[in-house]
Amino acid sequence: MSVVWAVAALGLVVVLLAAVHVPLGDYMARLYTSPQHLRVERWLYRATGVNPDAEQSWRRYLGGLLAFSALGLLAVYALQRLQHWLPGSLGLPAVEPSLAFNTAASFLGNTNWQSYSPEATVGLTVQMAGLAVQNFLSAAVGLAVAIAFVRGLTRRGEPTLGNVWVDLTRGTLRLLLPLAVLGAVLLMLAGVIQNLGEPTTISTLTGATQTIPGGPVASQEAIKMLGTNGGGFFNANSAHPFENPNAFSNLVQILLVLLIPFSLPRTFGTMVGSRRQGVAILAVMGGLFLVSYALLTWAELVGAGAAPQAAGGAMEGKEQRFGIIGSTLFATTTTGTSTGAVNSMHDSYTALGGALPLLNMMLGEVAPGGVGSGLYGMLILAIVAVFVAGLLVGRTPEYLGKRIGRGEITLASLYLLVTPTIVLLGTALSFGIPALRESIEGTSILNPGHHGLSEVLYAFTSAANNNGSAFAGLTANTPWLNWALGLAILLGRFLPIVFVLALAGRLAAQRPVPVTAGTLPTHTPLFQGMLAGVTLLFTALTYFPVLALGPLAEGTL
Amino acid sequence: MSAPVLFSPASGGVPPEPHRPTSGASSQPRRAFGARALLAALPLALRKLDPRVMVRRPVLFVVELGAALLTALAIAEPFLGRSESATPIPGGFTWAIAAWLWATVLFGNLAEAVAEGRGKAQADSLRTTRSETPARVLATAGDGAWDRAADPAGLRARLEERASSALAIGDVVLVEAGDVIPGDGDVIHGVASVDESAITGESAPVVREAGGDRSAVTGGTRVLSDRILVRVTSTPGQTFVDRMISLVEGASRRKTPNEVALDVLLATLTLVFLVVTLTLNPIASSVAAPVHLAVLVALLVCLIPTTISALLSAIGIAGMDRLVRRNVLALSGRAVEAAGDVSTLLLDKTGTITYGNRRAVGVNPLPGVELDAAWSAAVEASLADATPEGRSVLALALSDGPRTASALAHAALGGTDTVAPAGSSEPAAPEGEASAEAGRTPSGVLQLTGSPVAFSATTRMSGVDRRDGSALRKGAGSAVLAWLDAAGNAPSARVRAALEADVARIAGQGGTPLVVAEQEADGTGRALAVIHLKDVVKEGLPEKFEQLRAMGIRTVMITGDNEVTARAIAAEAGVDDVLAEATPEDKLALIKQEQAGGRMVAMTGDGTNDAPALAQADVGVAMNTGTSAAKEAGNMVDLDSDPAKLIDIVAIGKQLLITRGALTTFSIANDLAKYFAIVPAMFMGAFPQLGALNVMGLSSPASAVLSAVIFNALVILALIPLALRGVKYRAVAASKLLGRNLLIYGLGGVVAPFIGIKLIDLVVSLLPGF
Repeated sequence: MSVVWAVAALGLVVVLLAAVHVPLGDYMARLYTSPQHLRVERWLYRATGVNPDAEQSWRRYLGGLLAFSALGLLAVYALQRLQHWLPGSLGLPAVEPSLAFNTAASFLGNTNWQSYSPEATVGLTVQMAGLAVQNFLSAAVGLAVAIAFVRGLTRRGEPTLGNVWVDLTRGTLRLLLPLAVLGAVLLMLAGVIQNLGEPTTISTLTGATQTIPGGPVASQEAIKMLGTNGGGFFNANSAHPFENPNAFSNLVQILLVLLIPFSLPRTFGTMVGSRRQGVAILAVMGGLFLVSYALLTWAELVGAGAAPQAAGGAMEGKEQRFGIIGSTLFATTTTGTSTGAVNSMHDSYTALGGALPLLNMMLGEVAPGGVGSGLYGMLILAIVAVFVAGLLVGRTPEYLGKRIGRGEITLASLYLLVTPTIVLLGTALSFGIPALRESIEGTSILNPGHHGLSEVLYAFTSAANNNGSAFAGLTANTPWLNWALGLAILLGRFLPIVFVLALAGRLAAQRPVPVTAGTLPTHTPLFQGMLAGVTLLFTALTYFPVLALGPLAEGTL
Repeated sequence: MSAPVLFSPASGGVPPEPHRPTSGASSQPRRAFGARALLAALPLALRKLDPRVMVRRPVLFVVELGAALLTALAIAEPFLGRSESATPIPGGFTWAIAAWLWATVLFGNLAEAVAEGRGKAQADSLRTTRSETPARVLATAGDGAWDRAADPAGLRARLEERASSALAIGDVVLVEAGDVIPGDGDVIHGVASVDESAITGESAPVVREAGGDRSAVTGGTRVLSDRILVRVTSTPGQTFVDRMISLVEGASRRKTPNEVALDVLLATLTLVFLVVTLTLNPIASSVAAPVHLAVLVALLVCLIPTTISALLSAIGIAGMDRLVRRNVLALSGRAVEAAGDVSTLLLDKTGTITYGNRRAVGVNPLPGVELDAAWSAAVEASLADATPEGRSVLALALSDGPRTASALAHAALGGTDTVAPAGSSEPAAPEGEASAEAGRTPSGVLQLTGSPVAFSATTRMSGVDRRDGSALRKGAGSAVLAWLDAAGNAPSARVRAALEADVARIAGQGGTPLVVAEQEADGTGRALAVIHLKDVVKEGLPEKFEQLRAMGIRTVMITGDNEVTARAIAAEAGVDDVLAEATPEDKLALIKQEQAGGRMVAMTGDGTNDAPALAQADVGVAMNTGTSAAKEAGNMVDLDSDPAKLIDIVAIGKQLLITRGALTTFSIANDLAKYFAIVPAMFMGAFPQLGALNVMGLSSPASAVLSAVIFNALVILALIPLALRGVKYRAVAASKLLGRNLLIYGLGGVVAPFIGIKLIDLVVSLLPGF
């Protein structure tokens, strides 16, 4: 019976996405290639002194992006530090520096790792003017990078990638805003709260007093999911009944998350003029997603131990209103997309089940990955796969007519090096340096041993891959974790972007090689299988030992 | 003098090299690789352990550092005392791992040394040709200075004896029969037959003459006859042979672009695994005792792509070597790699697509002429025609003609294959002087019946004037008709129509029609037959081009013929496109146009006017018979001067890349099994439950680690022959090739180590303590 539900829930999502991804993908392709500007956009460009028709080299594109993000970082940090002087702060004090840095970095990097309990730390102004704004902008940044990279693949010997200001503006105004409004309305219909009221204090039946918070939740929630951000209005995130009250709102949230990442391959296919290339990327993303969901659902349904057996599955840490399938689908969705929202506590999953959200992130967030970042991550992997496959057929490897030579493979390699290095180094430092280890084992870890190891590993994996989901059970609001994870987020976000844009610049400057029968086709099931294989193998080889120490050792106990 | 070429025939889909009877061939070992070759390469491999050399191969250098570290640890261990470790470590374990790590590095060096050693044998035999030769230089100054205008043959010039190593560019040397040519150069006077077997392995002498496209001579080759003047075109130490020596030795080997790119990927993987192993102990420290250093180093070495890194340079050297064995000299590894990427082949029609000459393929009687009479006339009219075309009429008559014509042809050919030298249709010999020997040649037979009439540019006909006063003429339709008209024998409208239709049909098919006509002694005459001459396409070419198409390679035929003829031959041979009435400028323009579209072009050429196109092409194969300018411009030289070899060159280029890709895939796929051997072994002591990951059922943690390390070392040794030979290559579409190679080297790479490590473990577990 559960299997039927599992398939039905997934089937519903698949059918809806299948219907939507074609028009949305094509809309995005038009959006980013149209020469027309809206009137409000033109007004914005004039006000900021931007020439929207100027093409930029990859260096200028990157420069604009980094400057824009640096300003954002500063703004969010300042808003938190000055919170006590701001209106709508609900009487909350200024956020202390390490946490403010961590939060600013986290929202800048589309990660939304939250070391704090939002309702007890940030007021409405910080939530709306700081965090929500970054929810839009960080998503727009990811989209811009992905689009610039696709342009690199399509340009024929021109050294430019488009205009970063135009891409950011259009992504925000023409894509994220309208969809977020639509999502907010749907969520309100589903029963998510939306107000600007102060917290209500009531006396409960037992005589105790309880504070019930309010706030503009539905509007925050829509962009939190749509932009694969994941930072909840409340500490409990999407497990909170005000954020995610029922199965319908759960479905809406899942769809909002998957909407753009699963439509971008179509955009890619349309822009490169070969839809089947997009279908191939989509198939690999979808295939990995499917397998992950199936494994997680199986692990939780089977659930070893007396309590799970009695409950008919591992129900610890899951909301009754979502059940196992509503939780595993949500978990696969949010960890496969760098969203990091949770509607159940991954910490409480079965040991092997808990490894799957971890694995989803370790894949490098490519199944289907965050808004924009999933696409460029998968395309980088495709370039590596093409490189090996190209050698196997006896030609200098080429992807979509662009030769993958020394410079290209160097940049792709650097991209792939970043996150494993951050994850492993961060975890190793946490345990290897005595002072840090004291902080970790004394304050942060609730469950020492393999599980504690998994928690720290999960935290660094989540940060470096810009996911933001937490294993829970880890007290992350310590100076070490705040600074280390904040730094991991920034490096994990912007170093890859540097390499992606540099690679895009190189590719754009290349004149494409014509396709012949000797060209390795990159749309066939064979190549899709190889791409999935490269993705899995690279992840497995990098993380197998630590996984063995954490979840595997625990799971086989 | 032993020839440097030819060891064993290459295997795989690359066409086997032609077997050539050279003196050196039999003395070379038949096997490409064996224990003897390994042993011989051992000293070189040991020398390569020098860290200053190793550092150029970063992955193996990491292994060497690990080996050195563990050796030091093994020595120090007894004094340090036992430290706590997650893995139960038997005594001597560190020694064993260290020893096998040294073996891994050594095997990696051995692969390179064997490949270089094979080149060295060739280089040594080439070096013998480079021995000091005294050169006789024509003095350019002082008494008896050579004046070229007055004395082109240099008969009166004073000669200066000089060592060949002291020659300079521009010197003119005199070489006579029996002399070794002292340096590379162009013949500027005279003609000579030259024995080039030292370079090409071809024992038949070749003719080199001043002017034209066969003027280049190579230093170290021997003049067999006559006397020539050679202008030196390269300084000693940079001659063709010198370049050849440094190429086969691998001395001038630079990493090719794809090799560098692959190096980057391998370095990245090494870095990732370095991070994995370095962070392992700190991370594990929260749950377990630290992993023993020897185990950590073993893990690192097993994970980093040692297999492909060890074999990478051997693959490159062997690829060059395969070309040299096929008598093609690539002047850079880049050119070999480019050959694999070629998407357009420019092929000269003559010699590549067709046999050099037209051949008769049919004799069509005109209306009112009997079949036998038509054929006989065709044969008789061709008796005096000593050109290959003329001979082909006889050959056709012999095999396909009716009885009388066949007999006549048989008599003419005399059952022998002797051919009168071209242009030797001597003036008609006086009657009765024909010797018995002459009677056996076509003109000899002819002399019994009449006197031959040679082809002349004015009449555009050849034929025979019979003794009875009648005459036969063969030639272009218009010329023969004019001949008939002049004697008032204009054929009837019906015959003329049939003749013109036949001529038009043959021309339309790309053939050459020749009309045979007869004039009786009484002055009456008539047209008898139309001979169909055509370019005969070499056998098997359409299949070959089909394969090329499957590989995504477009073939363009280059010819001086007119468009119609060219198209017809192209259609028959199955090439994709034609460049008709091509001038060297057209060729150059075509290459540039293809390259502008992102295609890579390969071509062959021999003349000086081919040089710009050869230089422009991505792969320019110059014929060894060609001029120095052509050889300088191209990036490969074909010593056999066989333009059809271009197709083999492409296959070799692809094979080189595929071998690299296959072994890379294999190497990385191996890691999975090694993880399953080592990771449970590392922590099984602390967490027995991880024994579930020990899917191979290895006997003990120590044995598992050692077995993985041994497998990692032995697999290098096992793959050396494959690296040298190259993997099998078939001319099929890329997707098919990928599927096949992924199955063999990807899946095979995953499965093989599971079996290998298990087998080694069975042996290792017999050791005490393991």
